Parts: sequence; structure tokens; C-alpha cells
Amino acid sequence: MKLKTLSASILAAGLIASSAASAGDITVVSWGGAYTKSQVEAYHKPWVAKTGNTIKSEDYNGGIAEIKAQVEAGNVSWDIVDVELSDAIRACDEGLLETIDPADLPAGADGTAAKDDFLEGTLYECAVANIVWSTIFAYDKSKIKDGPTKMADFFDMEKFPGKRGLRKSPKVNLEFALMADGVAAKDVYEVLATPEGVDRAFKKLDTIKGDVVWWEAGAQPPQLLADGEVALTTAYNGRIFNAVAGEKKPFEIVWDGQVWDLDLWVIPKGSKNKDLAMDFLKFSTATEQLAAQASWISYGPARKSSSSLVGTYATDASIDMGPQMPTNPANLTNAVQNNFEFWADNADQLTERFNAWLAKG
Amino acid sequence: MSNITGAAVRFEKVQKSYDGEVMVVKDLNLDVAPGEFLTMLGPSGSGKSTCLMMLAGFEPATNGEIYLNDKAINSVPPNKRGIGMVFQNYALFPHMSVAENLAFPLKVRGISGADIDKKVKRALEMVELGAFGNRRPAQLSGGQQQRVAVARALVFEPDLILMDEPLGALDKQLREQMQYEIKHIHENLGVTVVYVTHDQTEALTMSDRVAVFEDGIIQQLSPPDELYESPQNSFVAQFIGENNKLSGKVTAINGKVCEVLLDDRTSVKSEAVNVSAIGDRTTISLRPERVEVEPEVSMDNMLSGKISEILYLGDHLRIVMEVAGNKEFIAKVRNRGELRPLKKDQTITVGWAAGDCKALDPVA
Amino acid sequence: MSDSTSPILTADGTPLKAKLAQTTRRLRIKALLLTLPLVIFIIITFVLPIGQMLYRSVHNPTGIMVTPNFAEAIQEWDGEGLPDDRFVEIFVKDLALAKKNREIGKTVGNLATRVNYEIPGSRSLITSTARKAKNIKEGPYLDALIKINKKWENPAMWLTLQRASKEYTASFYLAALDRKYDDKGDIVMADELYQIYIPILMKTLWLSAVITLLCFILAYPVSYLLSTLPMKTSNLLMILVLLPFWTSLLVRTTAWIAMLQTEGIVNDFMVFLGVIGDDGRIQMIYNMTGTIIAMVHILLPFMILPLYSVMKTIPPSYMRAAKSMGASTTYAFTKVYFPQTIPGIAAGTLLVFILAIGYYITPALVGGNDGLLISNLIAGHIKSTLNWSLGAALGTILLAVVLVFYWVYNKLVGVDNLKFG
Repeated sequence: MKLKTLSASILAAGLIASSAASAGDITVVSWGGAYTKSQVEAYHKPWVAKTGNTIKSEDYNGGIAEIKAQVEAGNVSWDIVDVELSDAIRACDEGLLETIDPADLPAGADGTAAKDDFLEGTLYECAVANIVWSTIFAYDKSKIKDGPTKMADFFDMEKFPGKRGLRKSPKVNLEFALMADGVAAKDVYEVLATPEGVDRAFKKLDTIKGDVVWWEAGAQPPQLLADGEVALTTAYNGRIFNAVAGEKKPFEIVWDGQVWDLDLWVIPKGSKNKDLAMDFLKFSTATEQLAAQASWISYGPARKSSSSLVGTYATDASIDMGPQMPTNPANLTNAVQNNFEFWADNADQLTERFNAWLAKG
Repeated sequence: MSNITGAAVRFEKVQKSYDGEVMVVKDLNLDVAPGEFLTMLGPSGSGKSTCLMMLAGFEPATNGEIYLNDKAINSVPPNKRGIGMVFQNYALFPHMSVAENLAFPLKVRGISGADIDKKVKRALEMVELGAFGNRRPAQLSGGQQQRVAVARALVFEPDLILMDEPLGALDKQLREQMQYEIKHIHENLGVTVVYVTHDQTEALTMSDRVAVFEDGIIQQLSPPDELYESPQNSFVAQFIGENNKLSGKVTAINGKVCEVLLDDRTSVKSEAVNVSAIGDRTTISLRPERVEVEPEVSMDNMLSGKISEILYLGDHLRIVMEVAGNKEFIAKVRNRGELRPLKKDQTITVGWAAGDCKALDPVA
Repeated sequence: MSDSTSPILTADGTPLKAKLAQTTRRLRIKALLLTLPLVIFIIITFVLPIGQMLYRSVHNPTGIMVTPNFAEAIQEWDGEGLPDDRFVEIFVKDLALAKKNREIGKTVGNLATRVNYEIPGSRSLITSTARKAKNIKEGPYLDALIKINKKWENPAMWLTLQRASKEYTASFYLAALDRKYDDKGDIVMADELYQIYIPILMKTLWLSAVITLLCFILAYPVSYLLSTLPMKTSNLLMILVLLPFWTSLLVRTTAWIAMLQTEGIVNDFMVFLGVIGDDGRIQMIYNMTGTIIAMVHILLPFMILPLYSVMKTIPPSYMRAAKSMGASTTYAFTKVYFPQTIPGIAAGTLLVFILAIGYYITPALVGGNDGLLISNLIAGHIKSTLNWSLGAALGTILLAVVLVFYWVYNKLVGVDNLKFG
């Protein structure tokens, strides 16, 4: 009998201890690799130090399938997730996310209210942007001497022979194709909204189809470049930057025609630690934290007030981060913001067409 | 030296080794006459099956030559030898019907469809399976499968049939029945049969001649009765039939008869078969049914025995006793309906004629 | 002998049958209990998910969940031209209510997604209309909607809404078969540029057939060798055959990338040997060749094992018997040995073919343009487009194809003749 009561009390103590621990415990989900590392350095560590809570960091590959599955099953284990804009909008529309009032967000370091401090189009009903990232194309300058400078060069097989790396998705590729075909950046989505525009984009893609190596994960394009499997490849700018700054690869980014997009924090509906997650969200999107993240990876902060605080690369002070950002004015001369509404309307159909186009060999 | 001998099969100085170290067949010389039923008998590992495989062409002879109807066949592949073969587990093709199995060797020979049907039908009737042509082998009993296997080996009318322990998988009663059937088929068709078995009864009932194999050598090649009555050495005497052994030393040789002093100092008269000189050690072999219990007349050899066991077997009695130091001396006494009151531990007199026991090579 | 009218009784007077049932019941219950964990496991992991998949491929709750009143009312509409204003009024009111609803499955976004499946571009139409719906206070409602967006003039829009308002639908199967409803509500083929599922399904079947054939050609001699070698040697070789099973699928696939890429080992070696020039490196991966090589490697053991297990049971005496009857080696092989291996061939090809049809990771990683197979499309609908219903419909079609093949196989070979090992 004694033994039984003893073990019961141990069990009870264990339960109390574990529930106490989970009170200050949130799960933060992001894209892994260098990107998550930049968030850990700039967001997680200071927040843990400040609040005494703990963070469980998980990686995923994007999309809202897991969020949908968790929310529909009523068993939400992810407290805050880093998602792309079109996913954030769709998940919000379908009621999978908690709403976030911009008034709750802290003002900028210079006192500007959050709704004015954040760049235009970075605050949404259920999501708050943290960074601006971009899809660009890049090459190995040790192999190509007079490198490409324009989007049209990417499609010029005569001037720049060799394989092309492209993401296996219609997104961005169609925009690139139109810009290479002479459509002005500001008109891209207008043209793409017409059937003729879609045909035109696919026709342009036809010109390089036989030479394309398709990639799916963000880590692939720098590897393809390094292996010499491709001469030119589209890629996420941060991945190329990290290969250059971190691994000293001789890669060069072509900013002409870049398609930039946002990453945003969302809180799945029914998060068990909603308040803590909200606290983390506010903390991490403050001016200093966004600026600090930009010293770890070349993604631009979503707040105007952070720009002036962006300094040098965290592990190499000789690299000035400013010019590496998609939001750097010099990089934005011919740039397009990913139009989430266009893709929300047309992704299903264009993906089918893209797949059919791919399959025709 | 391939001259005309008229033999259906001829092994000439054939030797076989699988590993280059051990000789499985040592210097085999053997003629099989046309129409003869020859059995290769021996324990497993004695080399008999190897000889059959060499004859069939599945194993090459390491040395020497095999002739078929006076033609050397060492370089002839098995499918060109024209030999019918019955395998140990019949090797009936399970995916073919009985009739298709039988038709197989005929089809290979390009015989026309109508002829095939006729021959298959005849072969099936020969083994009394006329109604079973459409069955699969798996639907037949063991005995029926055996008959199909025999029919299949015969259907293309080969001069020579090889049988490799064909009855091994059957129970005792079926085996005996099949022995007769095979024997009759052989007699009716007049083909030459080379038959391999380790079962001496089979060998004795079926064969014209039996070659007893041991250690890669033919120990004796004789008709069955001679094999039983006049074994040439102790191995044959022991391997064929039951046999009482008495060990001793030769003390005198008088032509065909010799005197042997047994190890318990009893002297016995015996036919001298495999002894050469006085003083040689020898083992005397004596069939149990030749032993007279309490003989009413005087016999060449009269010894006393102490009964240790009596077994009643219906047609005969089996008496185990100690005679001249051999504790397992057996006498078979025919049941004449007037059983003598024999008891265990009783001491009795046993006797046998000198011609019924053979002085052979000594056994350790 | 018993007669059939009166039951046989045991010594204590109970009917024999009852007594027998009584004595064997305990045994049967025991046997049943032993299999229970597996039965439950199969129900949970196999039967229920498949049932759910079948259900999801036809279940169409969105309209009823988001705009319940409209969903009920619109079924009365005859589908001619544009609907009466009374239907539109209910729609506008439902939409205004739904806009406030943030319950999962009942939001405007859910309806927008559903309608967008059939009419691309209508997602933003519905979400933006919903935002303005509460401002429409009086009729005519249809005109008010058309004022918001001209697309409401399109009768196809309303036909789609009507279809989205039925609890069960064939829409997803139509989409999975490259068909769609036209503006009049009739079923037509999708535009050729957008036809994807049937061509990919055909490609998948063709590729699987090629892989199965190659596996068979490679596996047959190996299996024969394994079955004839002495036990010790064949066990050792068997380990080599099974070795790939001990390595993760992903690792093996990645290894093929390292081997076959243009800067990879095989090309390097051929350049080193001078077979090809440095600029003539052969593209062996990120195309059909790569997919076939990697998948044949991965699926080969599934062909070898059933073949080996069948060949091992064929004693050498069959071939000897055939030869003793005069058959040449070739004839004996084709007429005697080969037919007996058919159960193994049937099992192996069926296994490899079915596995190949559903393969997903390998073609995705090494297939490049050609790596898109039906399973990748299904995964895409489950993971990224979140059109689970279409994914379910495709999955069901794939299952049906496999079952048809199984049925045909049963007719040709007989399932009891299959020997898997």
C-alpha cells in the first residue's frame, strides 16, 4: 500500500511539473536551414532570455496542409508558423487562423504606429509579415566571365549556353518568362490575367524547356550551381547569399526582374498557447528584432524603421547587408511583387496547365 | 579398344571424381547384355547412382569410356542418347496433363499428332491408366504417378531404360506390387533395364543380374540366387539377406572344404570361398534358415546354443541364442504345426551342413 | 448411419451438433482474439482510410455549410439562363452572414475555393463580393451583384454554385478524368492544354510496365543462379539482393543522383576512359532514363524474391527428365522449366507493377520533366493545392486501376497460382 501511494504521488508531481513546463513552452515552425537559424538568433534567443519561456523549433516545407490538418482535427500543436503570403490569405479565408489586430503590435523604435511603420501590404487580418524575400536568378561567375545582367539573358541560350535551373511550379516562372519577353514589370499580372498572356509565357518557357533542370527545395539551386549541373538558375536570394557569404562560393545574383514576396507569422486557430504565441509574434516583429535578423540572412525587414538599423553580416563584418536586400532600391529598379490574389485565383488551373506542359516532354 | 561385343551397355575402366580428391567410382568395368535387367545395388554413397548419371549423360566420366551398343557416348549429350529414364521422384511435369507428359518425348522427336495420340494411348493402357490421360500428375496417387513415369520412359521405345530408385517413395505394399509390374513390362517388351536401388529385396525379385556396389567398386556381379547362396565376400553376405557371423582361424583346407577353429575353440567345417591359406583369419557366414534346431540326424557341424529370445512370426519362429560366443546367432525355424517346447535360457543343439556355411574374408 | 430427420444425440441427451459447437466455441473465440489486434489494425489503418477516401471523393459539403439557405433554395432553379432574383436574394443574405463566420469549413473562403476549382478566377470574385454583400439592402439583387462584378452575369457561375450546393458530386471525378462542365452544364473534355490526369495515368502505367519488364529480364537469371547455387553461396548472394532493403529509399535515390548526374561518377568514368568527351557528357538523370534506372534498382528485389522461392522448389530432375527424353536445353527450358516458374513471374510482375504505379519519391527526385507520375499529382493535391477531394478521386481511380489489373491477372494466371515467397 505504501508503495502505491508513493508512486501515485510521484506521478502526480510529474504531472504538475510537466504542465508547469508546458505553460511557458511554444512551438515555432519555420523553413529550416539558414533561415531558421537567423530567426533563432534574432528572435528566439532574446525572447527566451527576456521571458524565461522555452521554444521548440520545428521545420517544415511550406504550404498549409499541416495547419489545416491540425486545425480540422482540433489538435493544434503548432503555435506560430512562418508562411508565404498566398498561403496566409487562403488559410485566413478558410478560418484556419487566429485574427491579429495591427493595433496590438508595438510601435516602431522611432515611435511610428505599427500600421504606418510596416511596409505597405505587409499587415493582414490573420498575418504579420517579418521579412521580404525574393526569387532571383544567379550564376557561377568563375564559369561565366561576362555574366548575364537582364532577365532576357536567362532565356538567351545562344549568349549563355548551358542548363537552366527552375522551380517546378508555374509561380514566378511565368512572371520571369513574360518579363524576359519584354513585358514591363508593372504590367506582368495584367498580361498574365489574359489567356493570350498565359500562352505567351508558356511559349517563352518553351524556348528553354529542353535545357531545364527542375528544382523543388530551396537548398537545391546553390547545389546545382556548385555541381555545374546548371549554368543559370533561379533561386531564393537568401540561399545564394549564404552560399556566397558563408561558403565563399563565386555566385552572382541578377536582381533584374526579381519577384519578391513576404514571409509572415500566423497563429493557427486553436493554438493551446495563443497568448504566448502572440507575445512572441509582437516581440519578434519589433524594429530591433527584424533588423537583427537581417544581419543573419539577406532578407529585408518588413518595417521601415528597421532599415536604418541593418548593419553587416553577423559572422563577417566586411559584408554590408544593405545591398544584399531585395528591398535595396538598387535591386528594385525592375522588380515585381508576387500578386497573391492572382495566384489564389489561378494557381489550381495554371498548375494543371504547367504539369500538362511538363508532361508533354 | 572398342570392338564389337554385342553388349547393350559397356563401362570400360570408368572412374569418377567430383572434387579431384576422392574417387567415387573406381575402375568400373561392366557389360550389360541386350534385354537384360541389371540392378546396381548398394548403400548410399557406394557410387551406384553416379554410374547411372554417367550413363544417362548428366555427369561426365572423369576417365574411361562408356559404350552404348558399342558406340562410345562420352561426348554425346543426354538428349541425344535415346535412353529412357525413370527418376526417383518421377519428375512428372506438374504443369502438363498425364497425356501431355507422355507426349513430350514424342513431340521432341517430331512425331505426327495422330501417331502421338496412338502411342500415348497404348502406353497408358500398358500401365492400366487409360482413363487418366487428362489428369494432372498431382491428382494421381503415388503408385499411379510411378506408372506414368514408367510409361513416359517407355513411350518413345528406347532400347535402354534407366531407373533411379523409382520405388523409394512408395509404401511397402505398393512397392511390392510395382516390382511385379515393372518386371512384367520388362519381360513383355524385352528392353534393357539398368536399375538402381538400395533395397536388396527389390534387387533380388526383379533382376537378371545384380551388381553390388560398395566403395566405388562392384563387389559381386551375379544372378540373384547366386548372390544369396554364394556371396563372394563378407560385405555381400551381410548386405544381402540375413546372416550369422562366426569368426575364427583356418586350420585345414581340403579342396572345397576347410576347417575353422572358432574363437571359443570350437571347430567348424565350412565351404572355403574366400580363404587362401592355413592360419588365415576368416568370418563364416551362415543363413539363419539353414540352421537346424535339435537336428534328428547327425550333421557336419553340431554346436550347443543358449536361447535368449524366441519370436513367433506365424510362418516361422525366430530364435535368438548364443552360439560359439556369438550372442546374436539367429535360427529361423519353419512352422510345421508341431512346435517344440522351447524356452528362454534353455540350452539346445543346433546343426548345419558344411556346404551351407561359407568361409569368407575376415570382418573386424 | 443417422437419418436426416432426427438429430443425433450425445450420451447425455444434447444434440450432437450443439455439443460440438459448444466444445469448439472456446477454441474459435481464442483464435478470433488472437487475430483481433491485426483486424483492428487493418480496420484503422486500411479500411477506414480507404472508406474515407471514397467518401471524400464524392462528398461536397461546402455549399451547404457556407450558404445553407441558398443551397436548399437553388435546387429548385431549372438552370436556364440566370436565376430568379429570389434565389439571388437568399444568396446575398447568406453570403453576408457567412462573411462574419470564422468557423472552419463554413467561411466564405471555403466556398470561394470550391467554386474556383471549376471556374478559375472566381475565388476573388466570391471573397470580394462577400465583403460587399452586407451593403446590398434591396433588390434587384442580381443587378447589384453584376454592378460589383460583371462575372455574375455568367450563367456558368450560377450553375457551378448550384452544383457546389449538392451534398454529393461527380465534379471531382470529372476533373480527375480531364473533363469539366461547360457553360451550359454539359460534360465536355477539358481544353487540351489543361488535360493532365489521363495522360499522366497512361504514362504511369506505361512506365510501370517498362520497369516491370526490365526487372523481370534482370531478375530471372539472377534468381535462377540463386536457386541452383549451393546453399552457402546462395545465402551470401541473397544478402546482396536484400541489402538495398536495409538502406533508406531516400539514400538510395540520392546515391543514384551522385552516380548518374552529368558531373557524376558514371560520366566521370566514361570521360576518363575516353568513351565520351568532356563536353559530350550524357544526361542520365532528371529524365525518364534516371527514373527507370533508379526504380528498377529499388524494385528488383520484389521480382527476385518470388522468382527465387518458386525456382527453389523446382528440382533439377525436371530438366534432366526432359533432356533424357530427347529435349535440347532450350526446348526443355521453354517447355518444362519456364512454365513452372510462371507463378513466380506472375507474383513478381504483379508486385513490381503495382508498387511502380504508386511510386512517388524516386520519380519526383530523379525524374525531372518526366518524373511527374500520378502519385505525384495526388500528393500535390493533398499537400499543396489542398484539393483533397480531387486527390481522393484520383486515388480512387488509381485503386480501381490496380483492382482491374488484379482481376485481369486472376483471370489469366489465377490468384491461387501466385507465389510471393
